[in-house]
Amino acid sequence: MTTFIARRMVAAVVILFLVSLITFAIFFLVPRLAGASADDLASRYVGKSASAEQVHQRAEQLGFTDPVLTQYADFVKGVFAGREYDLGGPEPLDCPAPCLGFSFIDQDPVLPDLIDRLPVTLSLAAGAAVVWVLVGVGVGVLSALRRGTVFDRAAMAVALAGVSLPVFFTGLLALSVFSYTLDIFPPGGSFTPITENPFDWAYSLVLPWVTLAFLYAAGYARLTRAGMLETMNEDYIRTARAKGLAERTVVLKHALRSTLTPVLTIFGLDLGLLIGGAILTESTFSLPGLGTYTVQAISSNDLPKVLGVTMLAATFVVIANLVVDILYAVIDPRVRL
Amino acid sequence: MTEVLDESAPAGADPKRPFLEVRDLRIHFPTDDGLVKSVDGLSFSLERGRTLGIVGESGSGKSVSSMGIMGLHRTTNARISGEIWLDGDELVGASADFVRRLRGRKMAMIFQDPLSSLHPYYKVGAQIIEAYRLYNDVSKKAARQHAIDLLGRVGIPEPTSRVDDYPHQFSGGMRQRAMIAMALACDPELLIADEPTTALDVTVQAGILELIRSLQQEFNSAVIMITHDLGVIAEVADDVLVMYGGKAVEHAPVRDIFKAPEHPYTWGLLSSMPRMDRARAERLLPVPGSPPSLINLPSGCAFNPRCRYDERTDGLALTEVPELRQAPGKPGHSVACHLPAELRRKIFSEEVSPRL
Amino acid sequence: MRRRRTVGAVAAAAALAVGLAACGGGDSSSDESDGNGGSEPAFSAATEGIVNPSDAKGGTLRYANEGEWDSLDPGDTYYGYSWNFANAYYARKLVTFKNAPGAEGGTVVPDLATSLGESSDDAKTWTYTLKDGVKFEDGTAITSADIKYAVERSLDKETFPHGPTYFNDFLDGVKDGFSVYKGDTLDSIETPDDKTIVFHLNQPFSGFDYFAGLPATAPVPKDSDTGSKYKNEVVSSGPYKFSDVQDGKSYTLVRNDQWDPATDQVRPALPDQIEVALNVQKEDLDQRLMSGDLDVAVTQLGVGSAARAQVLADPEQKKLADSAPINRTWFTSINSEVAPFDKLECRQAVIYAADRTGYQTAFGGEIGGGDVATALLPQTIPGTTKIDPYPVSAPTGDEAKAKEALAACGQPNGFETSYSFRAERPAEKAAAESMQQSLAKVGIKVTLKPYPQDDYFSLYAGKPSFAKKEGLGLMANGWAADWPDGYGFLAQLVDSRVIRETGGASNLSVRDPEIDKMIDAAVNETDETKRQQAWADIDAKTMEGAWVYPGVWAKVLLYRPETLTNVYVSSGYDGYDYAALGVAQD
Ligand SMILES: Nc1ncnc2c1ncn2[C@@H]1O[C@H](COP(=O)(O)OP(=O)(O)OP(=O)(O)O)[C@@H](O)[C@H]1O
Ligand code: SF4
Ligand SMILES: [Mg+2]
Repeated sequence: MTTFIARRMVAAVVILFLVSLITFAIFFLVPRLAGASADDLASRYVGKSASAEQVHQRAEQLGFTDPVLTQYADFVKGVFAGREYDLGGPEPLDCPAPCLGFSFIDQDPVLPDLIDRLPVTLSLAAGAAVVWVLVGVGVGVLSALRRGTVFDRAAMAVALAGVSLPVFFTGLLALSVFSYTLDIFPPGGSFTPITENPFDWAYSLVLPWVTLAFLYAAGYARLTRAGMLETMNEDYIRTARAKGLAERTVVLKHALRSTLTPVLTIFGLDLGLLIGGAILTESTFSLPGLGTYTVQAISSNDLPKVLGVTMLAATFVVIANLVVDILYAVIDPRVRL
Repeated sequence: MTEVLDESAPAGADPKRPFLEVRDLRIHFPTDDGLVKSVDGLSFSLERGRTLGIVGESGSGKSVSSMGIMGLHRTTNARISGEIWLDGDELVGASADFVRRLRGRKMAMIFQDPLSSLHPYYKVGAQIIEAYRLYNDVSKKAARQHAIDLLGRVGIPEPTSRVDDYPHQFSGGMRQRAMIAMALACDPELLIADEPTTALDVTVQAGILELIRSLQQEFNSAVIMITHDLGVIAEVADDVLVMYGGKAVEHAPVRDIFKAPEHPYTWGLLSSMPRMDRARAERLLPVPGSPPSLINLPSGCAFNPRCRYDERTDGLALTEVPELRQAPGKPGHSVACHLPAELRRKIFSEEVSPRL
Repeated sequence: MRRRRTVGAVAAAAALAVGLAACGGGDSSSDESDGNGGSEPAFSAATEGIVNPSDAKGGTLRYANEGEWDSLDPGDTYYGYSWNFANAYYARKLVTFKNAPGAEGGTVVPDLATSLGESSDDAKTWTYTLKDGVKFEDGTAITSADIKYAVERSLDKETFPHGPTYFNDFLDGVKDGFSVYKGDTLDSIETPDDKTIVFHLNQPFSGFDYFAGLPATAPVPKDSDTGSKYKNEVVSSGPYKFSDVQDGKSYTLVRNDQWDPATDQVRPALPDQIEVALNVQKEDLDQRLMSGDLDVAVTQLGVGSAARAQVLADPEQKKLADSAPINRTWFTSINSEVAPFDKLECRQAVIYAADRTGYQTAFGGEIGGGDVATALLPQTIPGTTKIDPYPVSAPTGDEAKAKEALAACGQPNGFETSYSFRAERPAEKAAAESMQQSLAKVGIKVTLKPYPQDDYFSLYAGKPSFAKKEGLGLMANGWAADWPDGYGFLAQLVDSRVIRETGGASNLSVRDPEIDKMIDAAVNETDETKRQQAWADIDAKTMEGAWVYPGVWAKVLLYRPETLTNVYVSSGYDGYDYAALGVAQD
């Protein structure tokens, strides 16, 4: 187990290194290959009326005039040793280690922004994940047990809708009905940190959770249903019944545990893709998380921010997969780490 | 004697009723291809302390009928009719919960496939403990000790450490024994063992049979031993039920089955039995022909397409289903065949017996 | 150009949200008219007078922004709404726009200064005197040195890339790369005493009061200046100060007790507190506005298409909306560098053939989009009269006249050319398609070329060599005035000298030395009436040369919830004057 985690940690570092390399290449190498000069790149980060010299100066300050590999080396160095940017102004601007980048637009280190916004996205993602796993698996189990009934058919129809409806539609619909018309839940843009008031935190996130969870719960319901139907035919389920266990125990303890293995596989993949869903959900509900941050960064061409988010997202994918792999071993004793 | 008893009637309310009595049990499965009549009018009874062997080729309904007794078809779409009386309680019409509470304690079953019948994610010990604690309000520690004892009794070496193993760490034979330990956890009064020794080699097989026998003596349990192996039957059974196409075709004390079997199918089975004193090439002589379709059973006697004597029944074999009737002059021996009793016995002694 | 963020594609959500409209939306039955004799709520009432006039103080005024500020630093911001907001709450300048509805709101009045600027030396020197009793939020008196410093620091375009460059261009002796942070000082701003400030220009400029009204003249205490970080810790000179700045999330302002109302004639300062939510999803923002959860959409881009349908369909809602004309024109530049547009008649053919209503529809029709334009200068700019130099037989285009013009320039069978637009802007795309269809009728075959909007001016359409190489004969363009006068609108748009080989200019096509001369003359003209006429003449001259096809004089559909008091559209701000707004008190 320990060696497994150690091995995976090393792999994680390698993966993050590769991700940073690729992301860096996409943002800084590809435009150059496409023919844009260092000054062309820098022209986005000076005022509209900047002279050619000013543009060139900015290009030098941001390091665009260096070879891309040097720029990358500077970036990596910044992560470990911190960096300084002299963009004019009273004094050079400091980006202390670990410097995950320095916004070209805000002229601020990126990492504090990420740390500031992470709780929102984590709250959204974690809450939504809990909702979709509970609801998805719950509905899937019930559907499997009541196979062919009205409940089963209705649940599967709703599930189909869930996978096919886009978040901004369900989100706006949810806001329109539950916030503006019925006034049960707060409007978009509401967020209270959990440290401030856990109840308000949950209350303000109910609609985003449900909206995001709706997207995923559907898949889990279908997956769980199929898995349950298969598992319920297993011989060991018959054994469990033969012992005289109550049906509830048979289902929840014996059948569900086996069904969870494929669910967990998908869950690991979904956690990685979650950032995409979070972007849409955060924009729809105007939540100040990493999703909206990414949208702003992309729309303003603030590459270091995008790079920072990418690195953070990659870190989470790696961690999520590690956790999922450990969970595998916890669920299925035949899996050796 | 009333046919319908209050299900809450105290055990042994009717002194004449056997410990286990199955009457006209029918278990049918509706499928896309048609109605599968896996068990179709099965009747037998069994007293405590005795062992009933059930034989019959694959698909004859042995497992389905025993699972019917256990009430394990309730969650499927099976159509069940008939009566099952266990210690004074009728089970077919009883509530699911009532039957569930009998499982494990009053009746237990050792399943056919030990490899897939243990939950792969739970420790062997935990699975036994779960069964034990369900009916015995004891501490986890006591239950664990009980599980270790059981494992030791079924012959698992080093049970104290093995109790924490997962099923995949057990060999096939050990899993079979763990299954047995689990079934015996609450000292059931009725034990159904569905081919408990099929997967095992001969020495282990003998040990297991010995184990079941001694447990039976200890608790005076009733045992149903399902097997293809007439050798096993000869060793453990008091009575034998021969099944064919979902029905009992012959029911007799074990000695009669081997010495004076009356049904042509039983003759077939006996001639397929390996004998130590025969040449190797002749060892396996399965009954010629293939098992009947359970959806469209042959009209008349289900065995007639494979029976060599059906012409001697004046065509009855093709039109009328033979009933299981007592063989004249042989109490406790019944058979379902249209052949007149004398003719049967003559055929057996003249044509069949010499070949056995 | 003072920027307006363009309403992005509202995507398919729009169509869907129209369906939702039936169950969403606020109920506007409560009647709060306070009988002060102001305009009753009615459609576009705030474009003509004050809606819900009130001097009741108190309450929290809630703003929301679908995106975020370029910067809160008065020396580093170029969004129109940002100028409006800074002026209203935390940035007093030497002069500012008058607190009045309509065109009157576009006139300049003294703010920190006791009077408008006094010019001398043929309008090359401008002098202002500060009022007594004006203070920063920490209680220190505002001196002329604080204003000099504020203007000086804003000249550093490296640290403050967002703001306009008028002071860089017009103040005498500003070297390239000027930076107070490198120890540079400027002699052309003098502060003979704490109350007096004198600006020396490198050329006569008659409209300097508009410069003096730029946010960059809002005083900055040198000790508090932290360069690019100052945007998060702006020191207020106005009636409110920041109590909380959450980057990218929200701002809160509370009353500044050091502000003396006696020194201020333009800010009634009605609310007790100002809150701003940032990065609010557009549809959500509109819904919250209509349900009373918000008071103002701060960017004043107008409601989104879903909400627009909802507002216009419901008479009760429509009463609360204003179709406000703004100082913006959407148009198409006709590039004389690309043959055969080097010939006047070929350019004119485009103007004749264009489907004017089609172009208008592309931008949203009459209410959300604007009026069909017949020249560049928006009608909201004082002194502008409507001219129509190219009358057509039908608003959908005049084929006969277009063919005549084509024959005259030697292209009777038409020709091929390309049309560039910003890929992210559906309206520009629709307008380009409309042009493509109408020009096809007279034989001009148009290829559409979308480019990314971020680099549209710097690398593509705005880079003359690129435009010529790609044969971009027609180029979508749009412009909003920095302030409502001819200079503010036309200077960057029709002066051929702003076109640079390196790209980035807003003038994509007007290359007429005579127009350049007329601009110089207009800039020097000190008489206001004559100056207005001079700019109108420049507009007419531009049309005469057919350098552009003027498309639409823009309007926006603004929504004013009943919670707002003192609402009016000011031409100085292209929307509601934030300084005046209050919150209804019950
Ligand atoms: N759930 C079910 N649905 C349909 N048919 C079934 C079902 N369960 C059992 N059967 C059928 O019932 C018949 C009897 O099966 P059963 O398992 O009782 O045979 P068996 O006598 O135990 O055979 P074996 O010796 O191979 O164990 C078989 O043909 C089987 O296919
Ligand atoms: S009834 Fe006929 S067919 Fe059936 S077993 Fe007897 S002889 Fe054979
Ligand atoms: Mg079987």
